[in-house]
Amino acid sequence: MEASPEYAVQMHGILKTFGQFTALDHVDLDVRKQTIHAILGENGAGKTTLMNVLYGLYQADEGDIFMGGQKVSITSPTDAIGMGIGMVHQHFMLVENFTVTENIILGDEVCGSAGILDMGRARQKVMELVDEYGFDVDPDAKIQDITVGMQQRVEILKALYRGAEVLILDEPTAVLTPQEIDKLIEIMHDLIAKGKTIIIITHKLKEIMQSADECSIIRRGVYMGTVDVKHSSETELASKMVGRNVNLTVEKTPAHPGETVLQIRDLTVKDERGIEQVRGLNLDIRSGEIVGIAGIDGNGQQELVDAITNIVRAESGTITINGEQIQNTSPRTTFVKKVATIPSDRHRWGLVLPFSVTENTVLERHADDEFGAGITLDYDTMREYTTQLIKDFDIRPSGCEDERMSGLSGGNQQKAIIARMVTSSPNLLIAFQPTRGLDVGAIEFVHKTLIAERDRGAAILLISFELDEVMDVSDTIAVIYHGQITGTFAQGTVDENQLGLLMAGGEMR
Amino acid sequence: MFANLILFLGITLMYSTPLVFGALGGVISERSGVTNIGIEGMMVVGAIAAAAGSYFTGNPWIGFLVAGACGALVALLHAVASVSFAADQTVSGVAINMLAPGMAIFACKRLFDGAAMSPIAPKLPKILGENGLAGTPFASLNVNVTTVLALLFTAIMWFVLYKTKWGLRVRAVGEHPAAADTLGIDVYKVRYVCVLLSGMLAGFGGASMTIGIISQFTQTAISGHGFIAMAAVIFGKWTPFGAYGACLLFGFTQALVIMLGGGDFVVPSQILSMLPYAMTIIVLILFVGRSVAPKADGVPYVKGSR
Amino acid sequence: MSKLEKFLRGRLAAAIAAVIIGFAISAVVLAAAGYSPVQAFAQLFRGVFGKPKYMANVFIKATPILLTGVSVAFAFKTGLFNIGAEGQYIVGTVLASIVGIKLHLPMPLQVPIVLAAGILGGAALGAFVGWLKAKFGIHEVITSIMCNWIAFYLCNYVVMSDTFHKPNSNSALPVSSSSYTMILGNWKKSAEGKAFLKGIPWLREIMLKTDLNYGFIIAVLVAIAISIVLTRTKLGYELRAVGFNRDAARFSGISVERNIVLSMLIAGAISGLAGALTITGISPHTITLLAAMESYGFNGMSVAFIAASSPLGCIPSSLLFASLIYGGMSVKAPTEIINIMIGIIVFFTALPGIMPVLANRLAKQRREREAAAAGKEA
Repeated sequence: MEASPEYAVQMHGILKTFGQFTALDHVDLDVRKQTIHAILGENGAGKTTLMNVLYGLYQADEGDIFMGGQKVSITSPTDAIGMGIGMVHQHFMLVENFTVTENIILGDEVCGSAGILDMGRARQKVMELVDEYGFDVDPDAKIQDITVGMQQRVEILKALYRGAEVLILDEPTAVLTPQEIDKLIEIMHDLIAKGKTIIIITHKLKEIMQSADECSIIRRGVYMGTVDVKHSSETELASKMVGRNVNLTVEKTPAHPGETVLQIRDLTVKDERGIEQVRGLNLDIRSGEIVGIAGIDGNGQQELVDAITNIVRAESGTITINGEQIQNTSPRTTFVKKVATIPSDRHRWGLVLPFSVTENTVLERHADDEFGAGITLDYDTMREYTTQLIKDFDIRPSGCEDERMSGLSGGNQQKAIIARMVTSSPNLLIAFQPTRGLDVGAIEFVHKTLIAERDRGAAILLISFELDEVMDVSDTIAVIYHGQITGTFAQGTVDENQLGLLMAGGEMR
Repeated sequence: MFANLILFLGITLMYSTPLVFGALGGVISERSGVTNIGIEGMMVVGAIAAAAGSYFTGNPWIGFLVAGACGALVALLHAVASVSFAADQTVSGVAINMLAPGMAIFACKRLFDGAAMSPIAPKLPKILGENGLAGTPFASLNVNVTTVLALLFTAIMWFVLYKTKWGLRVRAVGEHPAAADTLGIDVYKVRYVCVLLSGMLAGFGGASMTIGIISQFTQTAISGHGFIAMAAVIFGKWTPFGAYGACLLFGFTQALVIMLGGGDFVVPSQILSMLPYAMTIIVLILFVGRSVAPKADGVPYVKGSR
Repeated sequence: MSKLEKFLRGRLAAAIAAVIIGFAISAVVLAAAGYSPVQAFAQLFRGVFGKPKYMANVFIKATPILLTGVSVAFAFKTGLFNIGAEGQYIVGTVLASIVGIKLHLPMPLQVPIVLAAGILGGAALGAFVGWLKAKFGIHEVITSIMCNWIAFYLCNYVVMSDTFHKPNSNSALPVSSSSYTMILGNWKKSAEGKAFLKGIPWLREIMLKTDLNYGFIIAVLVAIAISIVLTRTKLGYELRAVGFNRDAARFSGISVERNIVLSMLIAGAISGLAGALTITGISPHTITLLAAMESYGFNGMSVAFIAASSPLGCIPSSLLFASLIYGGMSVKAPTEIINIMIGIIVFFTALPGIMPVLANRLAKQRREREAAAAGKEA
């Protein structure tokens, strides 16, 4: 396509390699002025890399960038900002212990003479912006004290403060409630009306259908084409993204719950700062049942899991597994009582990355006699055991027993954790954000495994910030807000908007 | 009694001064996200540089400036390793602590005919002249000018960190370098400048020992002061005035060693000498959990990773 | 990947490069200070290989730094920085001396008890630092340094105390001679021994002019044992898991606090043994008044770094550093040049990036060549 002034941004033939790996293989992108343009692709497809090239964080090996038909050279974020490009990263780029105003002016400070900050005038400038765009943000609040939705608006303000005409939003809805998503879409349309152009990076089809005008698709670093969203469908986008027909629904039979396995009563847990994050929470899960917890990040999910797994102390209340209290014992006891956990952050909690795959598969069980008598460790037995897991769970590459865990892809790392947890035949399986950062194939695998474990008779606690996942996989959906369960529903008896309201602390009418 | 208290205060201020410079160096470096265990080594280099500079020029102020420059030069090594090469900052700091005393004594022997200590060098002046307040009970409050400089530098660093755009940027880089990077702030440059400043301040710290307190360089002039200064950084919650206060406390224990050691006290001098070090551990036990380091402290920044 | 590329990415290349750079920069420093680097290095070489007794002394010098090196390497493998090997070494010498002076048992009992005292002292100090870290979260580097100085003054206190001080000297009383660990210590001084050695001049020189002792053999055995513990036992597995990823270890039921204390305890024990072996193996067989740190612990860190924290790798690297330190005494320039050289070597081992950067450049050239070749074919 020719460079033309009709387009806010055009990227032609972008090639970007990291060592041996080709992240972007001559990708094209043409974004019309005053439109919302979605970039769709699976995790790791190269969407964010492409935008980091546009924003000057990476330099392309080959390819040209045009803005308004003019060829431009962007070698740093400073260049990008100067050309009116603003980017809101998926993981917010906000300094937590700074105020909103400090975050917005950082790098483009309002100063009196000699570099001395003029915070009064800075605050005023921020207020002007807040009023102009009708954002609900307190300029004096510290980032660590405001909601995720507000943090996102601060990020957008940061870009607008620098005069951005083109806004890149990287996975903007990942952490928002349905209502906040609606509000964001409203804001985006408002910005378009004020003359801005928006690029959103996402792997969520529904939001593209709701908000975008056009959608460009990238698969494994290769540009697959651009479609007019009005004349397309979710299924078409999905198959273009994955490269095969995908089944978007989760298949399962009705649950047959048995005895209560997990019983939590009046549980209270404090975080590191001494603030109560779980406040008198009650929860029951029976064998053969998946209970999904819907909620926004930061409402006590992490502390709930930490308390069950005995990573932190419970202030008060009881956690009972098959009639035995396990609160305030030890992580080891939790495991002995047959509670297995797929942690939310697999690199932090789940794996020892510099260890080999073999060493990782026995993290919980290395002390068992099976893996060596007395004080010794029998690597041959460990390797045999691992070979079996690799086969059973299709961990790739096959024959990776002695590879370092860090060398495996995210999906295969997750499979290794799941293999470890499932082979212990747990009574309770906790899955905390089990599909985070995985591609469609791996997500399907995780969901199937959870359902298979349920059918074996395990109680499953699924905690996810992806509302769709909770609604699709769970037999029972519980909403967590402010450290309490504020509502419990059988699957199919509640819709997204109702859940969204509860997740945001509203009442159900 | 009163005279003794004044003397005590005077000695406390005197011995806290090298620590204050070292601690300020720690604050500026760690606030930008670079752990600097090499403060000790940079102080040693500053100590010899000051003594030599003062001895050869006859002007202690030149010695003081040379000490700052040499400290910064050593810090450049740490900056190259920890900022440009994303090296393990602890290892790099430890290497500097091995390298620096070697260089200092090598230089000393080279300059002073094989002696491991320098000749007596001119000292920096006292604030009220050599005999200010002499004869009054307050004579020991006529402290060396470095003591005043240390307080002045503390105030300046506080102002720069909290009231200027550069301070805002330094703090942002230490907390969330990627955020700063996306706003066009050169993380590497900020860190280089802070580490170099840290070395300069540590150099001044060494100088305030050799041409402020004693008047020559010896092998033991700096013995663990850099590490006590690092403890002061933690105790002082990474703020300039907090660190200053912590250094006063450590200076106080040194004064205690000297005051108690002077009399016919039953505690042997070797046991007394342990006091500052034991005190540091006790203070850390009491306070370490309660102060939070800058989030990115000690984490090398690699462009493009979060 | 070509063989050269693979080699350049390896640890050995990094170590060799660091040593070469260390020599090169030291040469520049020497030249700048007006000494001839060629002469200095020749003196260094002769100081190591010039006489049989020099070589024996290298092994004697290597003993403590091999052990402190293993101590540092072991701690490092478990995610801890044992900068306190120096203090643990000193406490080892102090306790070994105290026990050795007071006890007068026959040798088969005396030696193990004296060594155990040193081990215990080092272990206690190490465990204290580990406990401070596990319980209060205080970085072990700062507490270790403080403990080094406390150990330093403790040593001086014991030397000067009424009970142990040897009158009119700078040292404590020597330990009883049944504590000695020299090789054939009694035999070589007997008439029979002297007669035998007369026939073999090089052996005579080593036996009679040096304190050649069993220390190095013990140290090598310790290095091997630690290597096995780390790679072939459940304890080693747990310690490494905690070292690599504390959170994942805790999550999987491993007690992080216990392992931190245990790791520092073992590291301290090894350094304490180093101290005890110095007392039993080398005259004057007691502690002396310290004017400055003896640097056995700090040199151990250099040994460990260049061995990339492999306990077995510490064996050759301790010999290298012992050669530098011992041979360096023959250099007719300020001996600190050796400290500078060691500092530079450690500094460059801290820069992991240099050799891989070179390897990447080679790889890129190769890819370009291949691409060009492929282009020609097409």
